[in-house]
Amino acid sequence: MSGQEMALSPAAETPLSSTTRLHELVVTVDHKKLGLMYIGTGLIFFIMAGLMVLIIRMQLAVPNNTVVPPQVFNRLFTMHGTTMVFLVGMPIIAGLMNYLVPLMIGARDMAFPRLNAFGYWMFLFGGLLLYFSYLAAPGLAGAGSAPDVGWFAYAPLTGRAFSRGHSTDYWILSLLVSGVGSMVSALNVIATIISLRCKGMTLMRMPLFVWMVLVVSGMILLAMPPLSAAQIMLLLDRFLGAHFFDTQAGGSAVIWQHFFWLFGHPEVYILMIPAFASVSEIVPVFSRKPIFGYPAMVTATVLIGFISVGVWAHHMFSVGMTAMGNTFFVVSTLLIAVPTGIKIFNWLGTLYGGQIRFEIPMLFCLAFLFQFLIAGLTGVMLGVAPFNWQLTDSYFVVAHFHYTLVGSFIFMMFGAIYYWFPKATGRMLNKRLGLWHFWLFLIGFHLTFDPQHIAGILGMPRRIYTYDPGRGWEIYNMISSIGAVFQAAGVGCLVVNLLRSLRTGAPAGDDPWDAWTLEWSTTSPPPEYNFETLPEVRSRRPLWDLKHPEDPDWKYE
Amino acid sequence: MELRLRVQTGFAWLFATVFVPCCAVTLSAPSALADVTSIFRPLSTPAQAVYEISLLTLAICAAIFLVVGGLLAYTIIRFRRRPGDERREPPQVYGSNQIELAWTVVPILIVFVLILATARTIYDVQGAILPADTLNVTVVGHQWWWEINYPKLGIMTANELHVPVSESDRRRPTRLRLESADVAHSFWVPQLAGKTDVIPNRRNSMWIEPIQPGTYVGNCAEYCGLQHARMLLRVIVHAPADFEKWVAAQQSPPVEDAQARAGRDLFFATSCINCHAIKTTTANGKFGPDLTHLMSRETLGSGVITNTEENLRSWVRDPQHIKPGALMPNMQFTDDELNQVVAYLLSLR
Repeated sequence: MSGQEMALSPAAETPLSSTTRLHELVVTVDHKKLGLMYIGTGLIFFIMAGLMVLIIRMQLAVPNNTVVPPQVFNRLFTMHGTTMVFLVGMPIIAGLMNYLVPLMIGARDMAFPRLNAFGYWMFLFGGLLLYFSYLAAPGLAGAGSAPDVGWFAYAPLTGRAFSRGHSTDYWILSLLVSGVGSMVSALNVIATIISLRCKGMTLMRMPLFVWMVLVVSGMILLAMPPLSAAQIMLLLDRFLGAHFFDTQAGGSAVIWQHFFWLFGHPEVYILMIPAFASVSEIVPVFSRKPIFGYPAMVTATVLIGFISVGVWAHHMFSVGMTAMGNTFFVVSTLLIAVPTGIKIFNWLGTLYGGQIRFEIPMLFCLAFLFQFLIAGLTGVMLGVAPFNWQLTDSYFVVAHFHYTLVGSFIFMMFGAIYYWFPKATGRMLNKRLGLWHFWLFLIGFHLTFDPQHIAGILGMPRRIYTYDPGRGWEIYNMISSIGAVFQAAGVGCLVVNLLRSLRTGAPAGDDPWDAWTLEWSTTSPPPEYNFETLPEVRSRRPLWDLKHPEDPDWKYE
Repeated sequence: MELRLRVQTGFAWLFATVFVPCCAVTLSAPSALADVTSIFRPLSTPAQAVYEISLLTLAICAAIFLVVGGLLAYTIIRFRRRPGDERREPPQVYGSNQIELAWTVVPILIVFVLILATARTIYDVQGAILPADTLNVTVVGHQWWWEINYPKLGIMTANELHVPVSESDRRRPTRLRLESADVAHSFWVPQLAGKTDVIPNRRNSMWIEPIQPGTYVGNCAEYCGLQHARMLLRVIVHAPADFEKWVAAQQSPPVEDAQARAGRDLFFATSCINCHAIKTTTANGKFGPDLTHLMSRETLGSGVITNTEENLRSWVRDPQHIKPGALMPNMQFTDDELNQVVAYLLSLR
């Protein structure tokens, strides 16, 4: 993708040899190229994780199926989860932040361009290391292959006694390495937003996208270290005989869960807030109204950031905490529903009274709004600890978090791709293929995940490689598997659309959506230096002021 | 015009594919009542308490979904772009303190109510005071089977928990102490109670109080390695008199059957006894299930097959074929030896 992006940029009018281009990709420190490289790599991992889950759904389509043996199945769901969170979610948000933040705040690049490149290469190295486990983890003894301990790798299943070979070591090391990448990229985003805003852009005039990724970056800095620390402890357990999580020698299995979810729950919001950020840019533009209640949105985001580090043990209601402990985490978990609700209402308020244009990015946004509403409500159900004792680790949870991570996060990443692709490449994505993509994916999504709620209520636990007939799970699993095919077809449309539109898409112009933030004021794709002269802003919607000199925003803000 | 038509069709679709299925799923949830392992068909006191708070939560969530989802759908349809809109922008509204305050306060009130109701249920279940004669059972999770141990009654069994029914004039709850011999597992029988994790180097406990005799199925609910899927659970709830009978049968020593002599000798001469125990004999292994009353159990291999002579034979011949990765090896018996060992096992009633 990046190669094509370069070919269209004014600097590259003379055709470059592919070695030159490759060299350029390796040495670049340009935030836009790195951003696209992050997103492109994330999409490749997305397709890998998607192919894995097709096998999983094939295996579960009917009871007592034998498409894959249990050990392969366990590796598949471990790799699917790990890939989706760490190698799809994290790089795509890093890519969006990298690409958009400097453009939105009127800067020429990130604060630390070389650190930025370092972050990308650490992520890529971590990702390749994880997949290298398929080849290398068997080692001399022939034990193990890819990791098979689940994406949250509960102790002591990860100890030497229960996980022989090196598969778990690959899981630890690859995430440790890519975690370093996430941390430096978060640091870079914070530094950029704090110090490189253009003239006139006070904090309260930043686009909401920038506000939200600022909060996300702060959360990454808070959330990654507990995971890295726990992983280092696990390495010490495995190689030096430490006993942090070694229950046979007095270690604690529960402490791993605390460490992991102290990372894991903020992580959910780390992925979700960039989705909120994209909605907060796309909904106003396609409703033709400014975001409703900007200060409330900022406050709600900051509140979510703070509360999200105090809710982790709601993943652990069944580990046998005291009644007081359980009640504390019920309170914090249900409280977080309030700022989240404020966001939904504010998006609703933005739509209300607008002129809603049904372009592809907006379709993904609208589906997001419904699906995120449901995800939030099933989240409330899971937050009610006694209900959670029944629902946790069942397919209901699987359905709930896919509603957040697919129905909300992935939908919005698709929306964001359709929205900013014209800026990044100078070409529009094809609308017909976009419609096919949207409808196939939407139908597939609901076929796959709606029935899983019921399977969970009927007592189906997650992470089982097969099940016996007779407990009422068959029909829901069959529908689920059929839905997966629709989703795959939808993603197929996206891939074709991306590849085709790169070459033959209609020229986009600088501002195809008639939008209001600074990135639309420069050329598509933007030059290496972003802006000829650094802009100066007087309101949250500088391009609105420019287009409506008779009624500019700064009169009201 | 064509655009408008497409938009309207689009909306019909959006409605049909998002809103309607969601409502359908919500409304069809009660049909799940018909199924035996549904969490919405509780037959035990703690499961009933959970069910009641679940209904309250579901009702609140359904109401919120209908109101907010309905508003969203209305807004999207009402304020869609119409012909002529290209010429002017809609009124630019930046927010409204009153409205925003309202939609902050209302959710806070709802959350407050839900927190109070939830806390009450948590304390009801976790803080319950059980009668002094409560049956105590220790359940030990193993990769991939359940050891079940009645310390006061001197009974050791596996995978099938037998408890008495609780009657209105005499409560007979059962307190389960949960321990693990290896990795984390989770004890879950949906109709009897919510799940509680079974964690090594930690003592958890939970209680059940079934109100109807019968067989309840469940499974390990925490991923515990290769055969997590085949770590099933059965709870058999007896009428009081039947439970006493079961206890007496389990407490009796194994029957010596002269016809099974050859198999018995073979069993004690091979490494079977390293892992399995048979009461009153020299077999006292602890890695596998206690076999003293093997044939009183309904299933083999932690619920993977029913316990019939034929299934027992194929299990002993090659457990790896039936449950790949199970820790019981293929003992490489010849057909004669297999017949003898199975004859002996069949005598363990």
